Formats: sequence, C-alpha cells, structure tokens
Amino acid sequence: MTTLSAQDLKGIAQNQQQSKPIRSRSLTSDAFRRLSRNRAAVIGAVIVTVNILVALLAPVVAPKAFDDASLTSTNATPTWVTQVFPGMKPREEGGYVKINNSYLLGADKLGRDLLSRILYGARISITVAIVGPLVSVVIGLIVGLVAGYQGGRIDNLLMRFVDIMFAFPTYLLIILLMSFFRLGASQFEPGSLVYAVSQMDAAMGGLLFIFIGIGLTAWMGAARLVRGQVLSVRENEYVVAAYALGVPTARIILRHVLPNIIGPLIVTETLNIPSYIAYEAFLSFIGLGVNPPTPSWGGMIADGALVIQNYPNQALFPALVLFLLMFAFNFLGDGLRDALDPTLRGRE
Amino acid sequence: MVKFIVRRILWMFLVLFVISLITFALMHAVPGGPFTEEKRLPAEIQARLKAKYKLDAPLHIQYLTFIRDITVPIVTTGEQSNYLDHEYLINISLPFGDQATLRWMNFGPSYRTFGRTVNDIFRDNLPVSMKLGATAFLVTVTFGIPLGIISALRRNSLTDYAAMGAAVLGVSVPVIILAPVLQYLFGVQLKWLPVSGWGDPKQMILPAFALGVANSALIARLTRASLLQVMNQDYIRTARAKGLPERKVIVVHALKNGLIPIVTVLGPMVAYLLTGTFVVETIFGIPGMGKFFVTSVSGRDYPIIMGTVLLAATFLVIANTVVDIAYIWLDPRIRHD
Repeated sequence: MTTLSAQDLKGIAQNQQQSKPIRSRSLTSDAFRRLSRNRAAVIGAVIVTVNILVALLAPVVAPKAFDDASLTSTNATPTWVTQVFPGMKPREEGGYVKINNSYLLGADKLGRDLLSRILYGARISITVAIVGPLVSVVIGLIVGLVAGYQGGRIDNLLMRFVDIMFAFPTYLLIILLMSFFRLGASQFEPGSLVYAVSQMDAAMGGLLFIFIGIGLTAWMGAARLVRGQVLSVRENEYVVAAYALGVPTARIILRHVLPNIIGPLIVTETLNIPSYIAYEAFLSFIGLGVNPPTPSWGGMIADGALVIQNYPNQALFPALVLFLLMFAFNFLGDGLRDALDPTLRGRE
Repeated sequence: MVKFIVRRILWMFLVLFVISLITFALMHAVPGGPFTEEKRLPAEIQARLKAKYKLDAPLHIQYLTFIRDITVPIVTTGEQSNYLDHEYLINISLPFGDQATLRWMNFGPSYRTFGRTVNDIFRDNLPVSMKLGATAFLVTVTFGIPLGIISALRRNSLTDYAAMGAAVLGVSVPVIILAPVLQYLFGVQLKWLPVSGWGDPKQMILPAFALGVANSALIARLTRASLLQVMNQDYIRTARAKGLPERKVIVVHALKNGLIPIVTVLGPMVAYLLTGTFVVETIFGIPGMGKFFVTSVSGRDYPIIMGTVLLAATFLVIANTVVDIAYIWLDPRIRHD
C-alpha cells in the first residue's frame, strides 16, 4: 500500500479547487441538450421555424395577394419552369404555355400567383400542426384522466367506447363529421351555441371545424396512453402520500399526476403531427377543408392534380412544401422521443 | 381459446351495432336529404319519393327497418321479383319447396343512382378495391419488412442510415402528394406506365405503389425498432450461447417475437387498404369503393353511407380480431382468458 505524501495531498486539494463545481442539470435542460445535438431534429426545427415565420409574415413576403385573380394570366408560367419540365413548351416555340415571368412559380387556373398562395397556405398547415394535437390532447387527457383515476365502471365504459371509436373507419368519420359541421351547424337558430361556433368558424375561414373534426377523430390514442400512464403513476408513493395528507383530487391530478405523464404524450403527439397535416390536406382535397379562396396546400394539390399533364408545377410546388413540413415534423418527433426517453438511445 | 373467440365475435357485433347507430344519427343530422336538389323537385314528387323509400317514417323506425333488413335472413318461395327493395347479398337455394331460397343482408337501393343497390356496389366496386388493396399490401410487406430487418441487423451502418433515411422520406409523403408525382414522373414524363385507368395489370402498378410506399416505410421503421428491442433480450443470448446459427436465431427466435408490434399495425392497415381509398382511386381513375366514401355523404345517399361505413368497420373489427388471435401463436405467453 502506498502512502500519500503531504505533497500529493496538496496537489489533490489544489485540483479540487481548480475544478469547477458541477452544475446540476434539470431533466428538461438535459432533454433539450440531447435534442440540440441531434442534427436531424435541428434541421426539422429550423424548417418548422421558417414555416412559422412565413405564416406570420405572409402579407409581407408574398409578392401578390393570394386571391388576386387575373384573367389574362391564367396558367401563366415563368420561363425557368418550362426549362425544368421539358413537356411544357412555350407558345413562342409552338407549345401551349403562356410565359409570364412576373409569377415566380407560375399562376393557377384563375391566374392567382402560386408562390403567394403557397406562402399563405403555410398558415393553414402550421396552425393545424399546432392546434390539431392540442385539441386531441385535451379530449384525450380528460377521458384518460377520468378513466384512469376513477377506475371501476367508469373506466370500463370509457375504454370500451374508445375501442369502438377505434373501429370507426377514420376517413369516413371525418367526412361525416365535417359535412355535419359545414352544412349542419349554420342551420341552428341564431343565438344558440352551435350557431355561435359556426359563426366563429366562418370568421376563421373554416379552420375551427377542421380542428374539431381532427380532434374528434384522433383523441382515442391519447386517451389510451393517458389512462395507462395514470394507472401506473397513481400507485406511486408520492400520490398515495398526497392522498393521505388530504390533498384534493383535482390538485393531485394537476400537480402530481399530470407532470409525470406529459412527456410520453408530447412525444406521441409530435409524431402524430404529420398525420394531422395530412388530414387537413385530405379534407381540402375533397373540398371539405378551408373555405375558398383561402389557400391550403392540400387544396392546391387537388386543383393541380387535375392539370398535372399540362402544368405539373401547379401540383408539384405545393406538394414539395407540404412534404418538407411533414418531413420536418417527423424528424423533430423522432428527436424528441430520443431526447425524452434516454432508454431508447442505444437502439435508435 | 374457444371462449375467447366467441366473446370476441359477440363484441364485434356490439361494436358494429354502436357504429351503425352513430353513423345513422350523424348522417341524419346533416341537413338536406337525398332528394333536395339544386333544381327543386315539386313537393308532391318529393313526398312520393320519400314515401317510396320509407323516409317519411319516424327515424327510429327507419333505423330498425334497416337493421332488420340486413340482419334477419328470410326464406322466399317462387319467382323472386326484380324489385330493388328486395335485393339480397346472400342467396342460398334450399332443397325444398317451390324455388325456396334463403336470403340475407339487404342493404337497400341507392337513392341517387337509379337502378343500383348497395349490394351491386359491393359486388362490382369492392373487388376492384380489394384487388388494388391486396397488391398495395404486397408492396408494403415485401419492401417494409426486409428493409427493417436489414437495417436492424446492420445497425448504424451506411445501409441502415440509407434505409432509415428513405423510410423517413416515405413516411412524410402522403398519398395526395405521391399519387400525382408518380403519375407525372412515370406516366407523363417517362411514359413507362399508363397514367390512369383500370383493367390492365400494368395500370395497377402506380396506384399500388402510391398506396404502398408510405405504409412500407412505416413498417420498415417499426420492424427495425421492434427487432432491435427483441435482440437485446436474454433468450436471444441463450439461443446464441447454445450455438444456433445466426440465421436461425433471427428467423426462428427474434423475428417471431419481434413481429408482434408489426402485426398490430398490419391488421388495421390491411382493412383500410382492402376497403378502398378515395384519393388514389380518384387520381388514377379506378372504379373502386373509394369514391362512395365521399359522394354518398355529399349526396345524402343514406343506404350507401351505412353500407360503406359498416363494410369498412366490419373489415376493421375482423382484422383486429385476427390480430388478437395471431398474438397467441406469436407469443405463447399472451393469454386472453
């Protein structure tokens, strides 16, 4: 056994003084650090941020108004697009394409600027991406918390209902709900709640009912997840202790249960965002989406798909941005899952 | 096991009953009816039409009549009339009486397409959707599962990154994008495949891929994650320790267990694919079930709405039941009773 000399001890003491105190890291900052190291997630976050900025600044950055139709420039196309798509021959060269370089990406069949419509369309997609999950989380949280915390017959009843709704064909349900909202809600007498909601929806360009429709179609997964989490969390000592101390149920749920189950919920909902964006695009595609002339990428793709043989730019440009946004949310969701659940790190 | 299956079948009927009730309530809550046209029909004619289709009866009677017509089998004798109200999906001739026939499942006539019944749609349009859906499912499985397995086995290699990068791309492309892009690329530009239509097997390739790509990307990601999780388990180490060749370890031990989450997703997926998809069938001009999902609701064609919802829901509950039974085979530790 070696003995330590006075010199060694001094050295150790000095070393200890020099080394900085280790700052403790909270779970959130730890997760954030992991997220910021994930290159794919950062790219996703940047694309999402750009989208939010574009959505906010659309009136500033868009070169034209989104509903500025012009009969003289229907299906107008700039020169560079005709060079990218060899099938599109300009009229000057014996083709059918009307050249107009003041439209950077071209114009649609009503002569509206595609670029401006794409920029404004970001508003719809990004709002759906943010509010869609919120609506389904709120419904899922209420059902899941009640079922998980109450247990017994209520739990059984609610979960069987969730099972049944899972067996409801999703797209049919959302079509039925949307037609009911779009056509039914305005028929209620003025002054009633439903009428007020339909007025709000009209003021929002048809977005409100999209949120409600998506929320009502997609809450079941969140409800199941929350219930399962609540069942495991409520058995923990701190919850039992809180109960023993006489803390009211609402407070136990808000202060002790909720913070512990919110992580997995955020992860799954972020991973679900692309499907919410796709729902909105689908609804606009079949004509149950936002009220025209408000541009939505899904609606633009639907219009463009009709003329894809002659004017591929009208479908492909909105398709490209929609794809980019969904891609970004997928990356972000994957990164968030890895960051919040370190046990998965080795595997992913 | 038998008890479990019986219970599941009873549950299936309950689910379908509740779904039919919700659908019925929702579709009647949408204002307007099948005969409210932009050009208004005279009131007497509307009344006659409503009386013919028994739409003047109270709602609960209409619902019960509908349920009776599809659930209660009847036996008829003699020549069957061609009347559209008496058109049954299943007709079995019985060995006694004067042309005695057991008839079951009358989903009713279409209100908007004169001379056709919901059963006609099931007979003519459903097989088209099922053919396309089955092909799309084949694409999903043949690309998704092997890609996921390779990625898992060569984890963190270049192959893995490439495959998973492609999978994220695939998951991010909804069909409303992929369908027009494929159509433009392979139909319009390269002219390799027909742009749209139905009948020639060549016309099925593009729509099947449009449907299959996103699904196979999802399956690839799931397969990889599930397989990696299983590969860490003790019994895999045991299998390796007792000297089994790696191939056998993966195919017999790891894959069987790792299939559970994949089967869970494949079940509903196959149900959705087989019952038709609106977007792909519209873009590629395929005469499948998909268009009825939308046109029946916009036209208030009540029997078709009920028929398509119940059909899709039936496929979905059957698929989920099959999945539950498959669990028992895949993982004997799972018991249902």
